[in-house]
Amino acid sequence: MNKTSLTLNQLQLNSSGRVRAITAISPLRHRLLDLGLINDTIVKALHRGPAGDPTAYQIRGAVIALRAEDAACIIIDPVN
Amino acid sequence: MMTKTIALAGNPNTGKSTIFNSLTGLNQHTGNWPGKTVANARGKFIHKGKTFTLVDLPGTYSLLANSLEEEVARDFICHENPDATVIVVDGTCLERNLNLVLQIMTVTPRVIVCVNLMDEAERKGIKIDLNKLEKLLEVPVVGTAARSGIGLEQLLDAIDRVASSRITSKPVRIPALEYRFSADELAAGHESIAASTVAAAEAIVRQVVTIVSQEPHQFDRRLDQILTSRRFGIPIMLALLGVVFWITITGANYPSQLLSNGLFWLEERLSYLFLQLGAPGWLHDLIVLGVYRTLAWVVSVMLPPMAIFFPLFTLLEDLGYLPRVAFNLDYYFKKACAHGKQALTMCMGFGCNAAGVTACRIIDSPRERLIAVITNNFVPCNGRFPTIIALASIFIAASVGILSSVTAALIVLAAIVLGVAITLVVSKVLSQTILKGIPSSFILELPPYRKPQIGKVIVRSVLDRTLFVLGRAVAIAAPAGVIIWMMANISVSGQSLLAHSAGFLDPFARMIGLDGYILMAFILGLPANEIVIPILIMSYMAEGTMLELETLAELKQLLINNGWTWLTAVCTMLFSLNHWPCGTTLWTIYKETRSWKWTWVSFLVPTLTGIILCFITAQVVRLLGIV
Repeated sequence: MNKTSLTLNQLQLNSSGRVRAITAISPLRHRLLDLGLINDTIVKALHRGPAGDPTAYQIRGAVIALRAEDAACIIIDPVN
Repeated sequence: MMTKTIALAGNPNTGKSTIFNSLTGLNQHTGNWPGKTVANARGKFIHKGKTFTLVDLPGTYSLLANSLEEEVARDFICHENPDATVIVVDGTCLERNLNLVLQIMTVTPRVIVCVNLMDEAERKGIKIDLNKLEKLLEVPVVGTAARSGIGLEQLLDAIDRVASSRITSKPVRIPALEYRFSADELAAGHESIAASTVAAAEAIVRQVVTIVSQEPHQFDRRLDQILTSRRFGIPIMLALLGVVFWITITGANYPSQLLSNGLFWLEERLSYLFLQLGAPGWLHDLIVLGVYRTLAWVVSVMLPPMAIFFPLFTLLEDLGYLPRVAFNLDYYFKKACAHGKQALTMCMGFGCNAAGVTACRIIDSPRERLIAVITNNFVPCNGRFPTIIALASIFIAASVGILSSVTAALIVLAAIVLGVAITLVVSKVLSQTILKGIPSSFILELPPYRKPQIGKVIVRSVLDRTLFVLGRAVAIAAPAGVIIWMMANISVSGQSLLAHSAGFLDPFARMIGLDGYILMAFILGLPANEIVIPILIMSYMAEGTMLELETLAELKQLLINNGWTWLTAVCTMLFSLNHWPCGTTLWTIYKETRSWKWTWVSFLVPTLTGIILCFITAQVVRLLGIV
């Protein structure tokens, strides 16, 4: 893992990351794959719910909300 | 001539059902897939003299069978060999949607890709080169804007061509996409299949999609940032709901009055007719005072609020607001160890709890689905709104003057908030007792906002929902009217059966702030909540003087004459919010869970909650002596 790697839930709003690895196990893993979340996919954090969780992410043109603990299973490298 | 079978596949929120409805019109029927709790809609259409059966597959992101829906869709395409499969994709989100297209193309070459929402894509500055897409995929591609009916004719032609095999599609085959049927192999292959379709979709999109505008989804993002923000998210949600109730209450007043005047005028005519025909007095009383009057009440009390509430609610649904509600509330459902989509099934329960229970199918985890099923009844359905609205209007709001409709709306809103709070508390209790477990993962798509089609919304909600619910209420109210009339008029040892039963229930009912007649009305209202108030009115009237209840003020007088106070009204509202589900809902729960045990739990949990809440309220208020 890269030194600058983060888990997706740590990604700041309005910034993007490139997927390094998905540590989730099935069924979450398969659901994420079906949404197009594979290695090297660019994900952008858009906004959080009123209570600070879940967070909406832009994934391949769609907006997908994930809970923090589910997003923690996705490892990303921040991109500019 | 043989009927051709056409499968309709696609991601959720692509306008698949709009296409299904526009192609088949009213020529459709719905049911379940054999042996599965997954909805199955089929419809027929005729094009160029040929008959086609269109099978609406469940909306899925994938065919790789994560869920029952995906299994149904996969099995149909793989094993039923449809003559053609139409895959509806969202033009504003082509890349993700192409994933499913490529997966299906590995199973069958007889595919038509329907790129829907072309108008939305254009508005957002997303240009799609359909010809190029067709060349790359080597299957027919048709662009549509189904909501405005654009492109449907071309879609029909393409379906006809593929189904009649006048053109042979030779779709691209992706090497890694060798389809596997066994579950083990599938799990092993899932990753490589997904990775290769996703990569292929990305490559295709790079060639066919040009984004003209700077940030195509900017409007949606801005709206989301307001509607789901920390500061405004929840207040806006409550305000929207409050406004919907206020419009319903204010708007329903006048037509309710008109309907009731008209229906009671008709009652007099009916009485006159019976008199003219020399019908026996008991027959007149049974039909006119029993059946007709109950029906008149159900119609005049229920129709106007439903005809206003349903379209308004459908409008919010059409706009794409409900997923935002789920997004806003998810944190609280997570705290309650429940599923975020329970917020959606709860919203469906506003219309009808039976529909809400059926909607719980969208929750995959059996534990969380059961929690959603058991707690669905805590949001008042449309059969219970009129009760809460009427009592709120006459007992609490009436004293406030011009602001009364606002107050009434606030009270109904408070009832909903209480219902949601109870849902969360009970969900938490269930997940720590009989349904132990931790929350499963939760993925929610926030689809783009869509401009609601106001005309269609009104037609659809009046036809599909209002008339359906009203029809059911009327069908149940008529026999109930007979039973109530007989109970009120058959005497045993000097007292009517109704008085006997109410008298028996009275001591217990008083403990929880009600009276024997109110509890009796709730029990007799088991078939449908809509008839609780009409039953109550009939029983009070059968015991006392006959009143023609034309206004809410007269209803208030009747209730006060029978010993009602504001506490009675509050407890009745509480009990209406928290008691057993109606017969239809219970039956639906049994059908969905296939278990009498969980059906009983669903009966007992809200009932006990209601008894406890009403008991505490009544005792505390009486103890404090403020009534």
